[in-house]
Amino acid sequence: MAMSKGNPFPRVFVNTVLVVLCLLWLIPTLGLFVSSFRPRDQIMSSGWWTIIPHQVWATTEQLTPDPSIDRNGEMTFAGATGTFEQFRQGVDTPDGKHVIWIGNKRAGTVQVQERQWSGLPPFTLQNYHDVLAGKNVTIQSENGEEAIRKGEDMSDAFINSMAVTFPAVVIPILMAAFAAYGFAWMRFPGRKLVFALMVALLVVPLQIALVPVLSDYVHLKLNGTYMSVWLAHTGFGLPLAVYLLYNYISSLPREIMEAAIVDGASHFKIFWRLVLPLSTPALASFAIFQFLWVWNDYLVALIFIGNVPGVQVLTMRLADMVGSRGSDWHLLTAGGFVSMILPLAIFFSLQRFFVRGLTAGSVK
Amino acid sequence: MTRLNPDADDLSADIARARRRRNRALLMLFGGIIASVVLFEGFFLLRDSQAPKLITALAAMVWGAGGMAILYLVANQLAEFAPVAWQKKLIPLVFVGPAIAFVIYFLALPTIRTFIASLFNRDGTVFVGLENYITVFTEPFMINTFRNNVMWIVFGASFTIIFGLVIATLADRSKFENLAKAIIFMPMAISLVGAGVIWKFIYAVRDSADTQIGLLNAIVVALGGEPQAWIAQLQPWNNLFLIVIVIWMQTGYAMVLFSAAIKAVPSEILEAARVDGAGELRIFFSILIPSIMGTIVTVSATVIIFTLKIFDVVLVMTGGQYDTDVIATQFYNQYFVNRNFGLGSAIAIVLLLTVVPVMVYNLRQFNKRETL
Repeated sequence: MAMSKGNPFPRVFVNTVLVVLCLLWLIPTLGLFVSSFRPRDQIMSSGWWTIIPHQVWATTEQLTPDPSIDRNGEMTFAGATGTFEQFRQGVDTPDGKHVIWIGNKRAGTVQVQERQWSGLPPFTLQNYHDVLAGKNVTIQSENGEEAIRKGEDMSDAFINSMAVTFPAVVIPILMAAFAAYGFAWMRFPGRKLVFALMVALLVVPLQIALVPVLSDYVHLKLNGTYMSVWLAHTGFGLPLAVYLLYNYISSLPREIMEAAIVDGASHFKIFWRLVLPLSTPALASFAIFQFLWVWNDYLVALIFIGNVPGVQVLTMRLADMVGSRGSDWHLLTAGGFVSMILPLAIFFSLQRFFVRGLTAGSVK
Repeated sequence: MTRLNPDADDLSADIARARRRRNRALLMLFGGIIASVVLFEGFFLLRDSQAPKLITALAAMVWGAGGMAILYLVANQLAEFAPVAWQKKLIPLVFVGPAIAFVIYFLALPTIRTFIASLFNRDGTVFVGLENYITVFTEPFMINTFRNNVMWIVFGASFTIIFGLVIATLADRSKFENLAKAIIFMPMAISLVGAGVIWKFIYAVRDSADTQIGLLNAIVVALGGEPQAWIAQLQPWNNLFLIVIVIWMQTGYAMVLFSAAIKAVPSEILEAARVDGAGELRIFFSILIPSIMGTIVTVSATVIIFTLKIFDVVLVMTGGQYDTDVIATQFYNQYFVNRNFGLGSAIAIVLLLTVVPVMVYNLRQFNKRETL
């Protein structure tokens, strides 16, 4: 067994197992991605994995059997000999051809097939057009009939998701940074107790908060607005945000703070000019966590936005489609990918921050 | 011009300064009121706006994020105009007050309100004491719900840990460490709803005469089996097909933490064991696992919390049908579908009580680890 120094597992074994596991993890997403570009009838008639180049039998020649042949005895076509029953099953010739009888005994035809590589799979952007469009789209069914129905309007949901997510990230971070600074660098009575109580609220699952807050929202006519979701995510995200940012801000060097105070800077100025810029790594990590949390959230949006039209976010739209178009895989796959594109883009561009933010935030 | 009385000059300068200060304070107050009114009116303007969607959305983003910053600025300026003795009390209030108010309103009060609601009947009119809790712990559908949650915890946590450990250990010894980790971690970026769609496609089932387009059934048919409706049949084992989704998503998290822990194990210990002739498996079980036990427990706790609150996957995949309800979906179904407010609230409180011990433990551990 080949063993390299300091790596006693055979490298081949390690890499093979790793590749298998990685494939297992990748294939589900790959299937969605590939399918989203396949035409509707293709998705419904063959698995997405058939786009991998493979050999298929392609008809190269079509013969009409001479009516005078005795169809109950042995026959010979294109170098293959057999009875009708054998031809129905297909007969292989020595040079790799496949001869098959199509149709019935009297009026059928004979096809000569050869192994050929499958060509380039058909590719379409129509699915994306259909899910993104808000207006009516025309759908052509297999037998040429045209049907008109409403598009899934995911572009609208995309804008809503952005409008919900951006402030729902900025507001809690700002609030938490102010509070973390207050807890870390200001002296006021009850500071430690209040901080401990705030962090203790991390244990409250948001399911508990949904109902009472919803009933207030309904009274205030706030439900179904972007703001209802911003405020809720702010409230639910604050304990963790304050806790994480406190850890970072309280560990900033004391000398810098004291020097600034001696220079006569107010707390507000120190916070704005000094603490916020110095805390960028922590803010970025939490921002990514909060972004993913809000962008991917379904429950909070479902409760506070509900069925108000025009405010629906991507996860709600997608979940609705699963219910209403459960077997229209050409729409579901494209819609699924639309909902993932932004977090995946962030994942691939900011991987380090991303991993740090997500591992730190996962206590929630 | 001669200066007749310098003292008087100083005095008038002081008065002028005080007056300017007061004027600025009034101006600030005035500005603050205007800002508040504009922000308040802006809400209705934006909510009822008929302008193109993108413009409304952009305006709403600026309004929301910018408005919050302006409110802080104004509040702080006002506090700074107060007498020095007051400032010491007011400025900390400006800094920590809003956050405290938010968590009280969104987390602390609702806990109490939900608890009170759980002591009342289905529409909150008659006090029933602990009746809802008795229902929670005795009704067969609730027992099934708890059983499903236990399945989620046991299978979800254990397989996440096993896969995370295996992948972290292998990746540590491979040249493709970063690529492999990126692939395994990627599902964490996807929403649970999106993951539900991905896996629903894998589990898709069609009539046995048709070509199977779901990967799992295609494999089963290719091996000579019959296509199955994986998430509807074989109750209660259909839950496992939902649990797979969470394992798929959470393994990346476990892997990242394990990977860091494994790299922190001193290589001298491993080398010494190898010199003594210990095999790789022996090293893995006798040295590696005991040294990263703390991380294993932390990851388990996090995955347990995650699975206790699991909601989106179940709602998208089955809606709680086919005996797949978990606590969070049962709460949703009882409260919002069945309109039984008392029972729904009681389920939420039970969820809180199950999460608390794990969460407290996890926070303690988290405190020990370095953060961010």
